[in-house]
Amino acid sequence: MTTSAPTSGRTFFLRPQDMIGIAILAILLVVVLPLTLDNFRLQFVGKYLTYAFVALGLVLCWGYAGILSLGQGVFFGLGGYCMAMFLKLEASSVENTKIQTTPGIPDFMDWNQITELPLMWQPFNNLGLTIVAVILVPALFAFIVGFAMFKRRVGGVYFAIITQALAAILTILIVGQQGYTGGINGITDLRTLHGWDIRTDAAKTILYFVCVGLLIACILLAYYVKSSKLGRILVAMRDKEDRVRFSGYDVASFKVFVFCLAASLSAIGGAMFTLQVGFMSPSFVGIVPSIEMVIYTAVGGRLSILGAIYGTLLVNWAKTSFSESFPELWLFGLGGLFIAVVLIFPNGLAGLWQTYVAPRLGPLFGGSAKRAAAPAVAE
Amino acid sequence: MNANVISDQMNKDFVLAVEGLTVSFDGFKAVNDLSFYVDENEIRVIIGPNGAGKTTVLDLICGRTKATAGSIRFKERELTRMKEHEIVRAGVGRKFQNPSIYEDLTVFENLEISYPKGRTVRGALTFRRDAAVKERVQEVAETIFLADQLDQRAEYLSHGQKQWLEIGMLLIQDPELLMLDEPVAGMSVSERKKTAELLNRIIKDRSVIVIEHDMKFVEDIAHKVTVLHQGKILSEGSMAKVQADPKVIEVYLGH
Repeated sequence: MTTSAPTSGRTFFLRPQDMIGIAILAILLVVVLPLTLDNFRLQFVGKYLTYAFVALGLVLCWGYAGILSLGQGVFFGLGGYCMAMFLKLEASSVENTKIQTTPGIPDFMDWNQITELPLMWQPFNNLGLTIVAVILVPALFAFIVGFAMFKRRVGGVYFAIITQALAAILTILIVGQQGYTGGINGITDLRTLHGWDIRTDAAKTILYFVCVGLLIACILLAYYVKSSKLGRILVAMRDKEDRVRFSGYDVASFKVFVFCLAASLSAIGGAMFTLQVGFMSPSFVGIVPSIEMVIYTAVGGRLSILGAIYGTLLVNWAKTSFSESFPELWLFGLGGLFIAVVLIFPNGLAGLWQTYVAPRLGPLFGGSAKRAAAPAVAE
Repeated sequence: MNANVISDQMNKDFVLAVEGLTVSFDGFKAVNDLSFYVDENEIRVIIGPNGAGKTTVLDLICGRTKATAGSIRFKERELTRMKEHEIVRAGVGRKFQNPSIYEDLTVFENLEISYPKGRTVRGALTFRRDAAVKERVQEVAETIFLADQLDQRAEYLSHGQKQWLEIGMLLIQDPELLMLDEPVAGMSVSERKKTAELLNRIIKDRSVIVIEHDMKFVEDIAHKVTVLHQGKILSEGSMAKVQADPKVIEVYLGH
């Protein structure tokens, strides 16, 4: 009777190698990068990390549950816009905007002959409500979309295309409703958070650490979900959906759940993006950023929570350095990278790590021979 | 009104009462006005030539296919109006023709997912792998000859072991009605023998519907045989009676 490690009841949701992996990432983000990078570069890393929240959601939603969403920018954007609306209202105090026809409302509303703060904007006068909205608005939107799609058993490519259409629709909507959303320019000129100036270098450093802290918390949440029975059901669903259904599970509700969770994670990233970069615009909502986010995840490894974080950092770092020297070649590079990942290393960098590096490092890094032979989900 | 009362009384003793069941796909009636009744603890084998509608009948019972007309009553509950997962929770388990298991998970995890607890999103998030779960998984694993493979990823099992694993996944649900679609298809002789032994052990205390082509196997386990042909019942009764039925002989020899 062999009841070895995995079946003999793991009481804690993190395995030793997960803890080491998270600790290494935490040390890298909290100690190594702040000590070695100048402020300017560190702010870039902070910006990249906001996309890592999206990648984290995609690992659960796409990697584990097999639901490819090409519209995560929608949720990133919704979270970012919620935060931007709060900051914009704070920046649009009566004394700041006294030259306007209607003082006390955001400048772009005034330009569009709006004379009163729209109802949709009212809750964003309050920071608490804003934080709730950052998490719940995207989740609610994901719930409606997910419920409509998954209950009707829409999946696979059809679902991906619909999410992509949503990304396009939301972009058009934001651009078109200039008076309410700031249009193509987005919501800009954000200054303070409860009176605290977010534009200074010191504030940006603090926001970087807040972002890292939130990311680590979200990583822990993702590990918890992954190691729960729900995580295994997601993998089972990806493999044999009918078998799960005929084992007494309402498959659609699990898909809705993971889609909503991915949406909320993306939205936290979006909100942190707005805070660190100081504006939000439709260019972070549409199809291209949504697909880029999928590529970060694929490069890092869609089955690996930590891999997706590193993938996001590396691809974004490459994007910044490449587009500084060869701006027109970057998109080709990105496309080529995606093709290479799909064809040559389908489990991304994490897959390469588990196949070639981890076995040499011993069991603490997840490198037992058995796992190396089965990199797909063992992770 | 009167007729309904009589029919209700008649159905009372049956675990499963299928009446007037019809399903048509673009006008083609795959199952045509089919009625049959399964008793408590009865083992019913459905045989018939290819395309007779055998698998469709199982699909209809477990809710995978929606009936065009007719009723399926399981313990006095109407299954045709229920969703698939509700039918499972009511006590109907179904094994598919091809082994349908989760290749990326271990044998233990495969069985655990079928354990009838934590079937909602919240339940699955807070599900604990407690002693009762482990004990039950161990027990079932021993029944299906896989006790020493619990940590093995299911994709590495042989074809026969995969079939057993799926049977084990049903077993752990403890269904009152178990439906098996060709449980010994594609098995070696020794695996087939072991499977017959396994089935004989697990069919106690529950009703079972089996689809099978292997006549030797059918003879071994069947209490009653239903022969389907072109979506209709051609003959029904004991194995001996069915085998002697000239209509059955004609259909089988005709093919």
